[in-house]
Amino acid sequence: MYSEKVMEHFSNPRNVGEIEDADGIGEVGNPTCGDMMTIYIKVNDGKLTDVKFKTFGCAAAIATSSMMTEIAKGKTIEEALEISRDDVAESLDGLPPAKLHCSNLAADGLHAAIEDYLNKSKSN
Amino acid sequence: MAKIYMDNSATTKPDPEVVSAMLPYFNEYFGNASSLHSFGQEAAGALNRSRQQVADLLGAQPDEIIFTSGGTESDNLALKGIAYLKKNAGKHIITSVVEHPAILNTCKNLQDNGFKVTYLPVDDQGLIDPNDVEDAIIDDTILISIMHANNEIGTIQPIEDISRLAHEKGVLVHTDAVQSIGKIPVNVDDLGVDMLSLSAHKIHGPKGVGALYVRKGTRLESLIHGGGHERGKRSGTENIPGIVGLAKAAELAGQRLEKDAGHLANLRDAAITKILGSISESYLNGHPTQRLPNNVHLRFSYVEGESLLMMLNMKGVAVSTGSACSSKSLEPSHVLATLGIPPEQIHGSLRITLGRENTMDEVDYVVENLVEIVTKLRAMSPITPKN
Repeated sequence: MYSEKVMEHFSNPRNVGEIEDADGIGEVGNPTCGDMMTIYIKVNDGKLTDVKFKTFGCAAAIATSSMMTEIAKGKTIEEALEISRDDVAESLDGLPPAKLHCSNLAADGLHAAIEDYLNKSKSN
Repeated sequence: MAKIYMDNSATTKPDPEVVSAMLPYFNEYFGNASSLHSFGQEAAGALNRSRQQVADLLGAQPDEIIFTSGGTESDNLALKGIAYLKKNAGKHIITSVVEHPAILNTCKNLQDNGFKVTYLPVDDQGLIDPNDVEDAIIDDTILISIMHANNEIGTIQPIEDISRLAHEKGVLVHTDAVQSIGKIPVNVDDLGVDMLSLSAHKIHGPKGVGALYVRKGTRLESLIHGGGHERGKRSGTENIPGIVGLAKAAELAGQRLEKDAGHLANLRDAAITKILGSISESYLNGHPTQRLPNNVHLRFSYVEGESLLMMLNMKGVAVSTGSACSSKSLEPSHVLATLGIPPEQIHGSLRITLGRENTMDEVDYVVENLVEIVTKLRAMSPITPKN
């Protein structure tokens, strides 16, 4: 049911962990629903220099988190805000239909982290 | 890589003896058991012998066995067959919240057709209180259907007590014994039931065939009409290869019951002890002792079951989970929910169901890998508490 790419990212997820002095943190999902992720970003000169994640969820949730960090790293804030759920799913050669909605939260998590960063920069 | 099958409540590997018994009925003895010529009579002979073998396993008479397409059809025939026949005598049915969907959705269908259904609760280990059954019986009650053993958590219900209480009030009892056959003794007189469902593929037989035991004198309405096969209760040319396979599987289940049950219980107890001992915040779901000898059902905090399942699969191990993320409906297991387990822990549940082919080395391999996988997933999970 999962593509080879999903399974590859699930078995060897990239950028797992926390960033201690993160510039933005985004939290999406809910353990009650079975999927929850926390995304950490480091921003330098308007670019995402580091992106990490922690995810509780199914194989799709973990693989999309991993893929999102790969896509987002090195992008400008503006570019990163353009990354969509579909972009993440397509980069993984697709997801099973049932997983497109519930487990494909990584782009939302990234956007939440960027929002957190922007809010913090405003208040500084 | 290892290839270890531990999902025997989903289905079992057909025994080589079962397959050998079936083969001649595909190519050589292909006759229609209703035909009078020699081809037909060979098939009819096999049908009679098979009926005897299945009856022997249950301590029943051959004419109390109706062959069906499997457990689901047997459950439908038992419930609807009684409901339709007795609709003028009463319209109330009693069942439980932890039944298999074959019972629950049949009950829903009967509710849509004017019947009333009481769904009895279970305690936090999955057990039904027979007194609840007694209390639920009203003048209008025509049937009680309670599973013998649960397909998810393996809890064994006190069917003997339920039958006794029901019969004191003149109510019929059906049990779905799809999971218990071949693992614990199943005798229709000991259980005291009027009807019992079983399925071949859960006892190392083929898929697509099962049976409903119906006690002599118990009448029910047919759901499939046609040429009057199975004493008019289930029309359609008999699936002779499948029925022969079911009968062989039933014969082996009877012969091997004691040996299998002992072997399975050894593996089960070792698996539970080792896993609970080596993984913190892991818990057993279901009943500690009133459980099928092959059922290991656990939950692990902070990890999700589908991920556990997929990682075990990458190590060659086949198991199952009650997590919503692995189900077609995306709903978490109704059985685990009713035990009072919080949703995030239901997502972290894992069902290991052992089979007669499994070994202690395989259990050790699974435990070892499970420890690694849970550790890996917890390190990745945002809800794992920091030390």
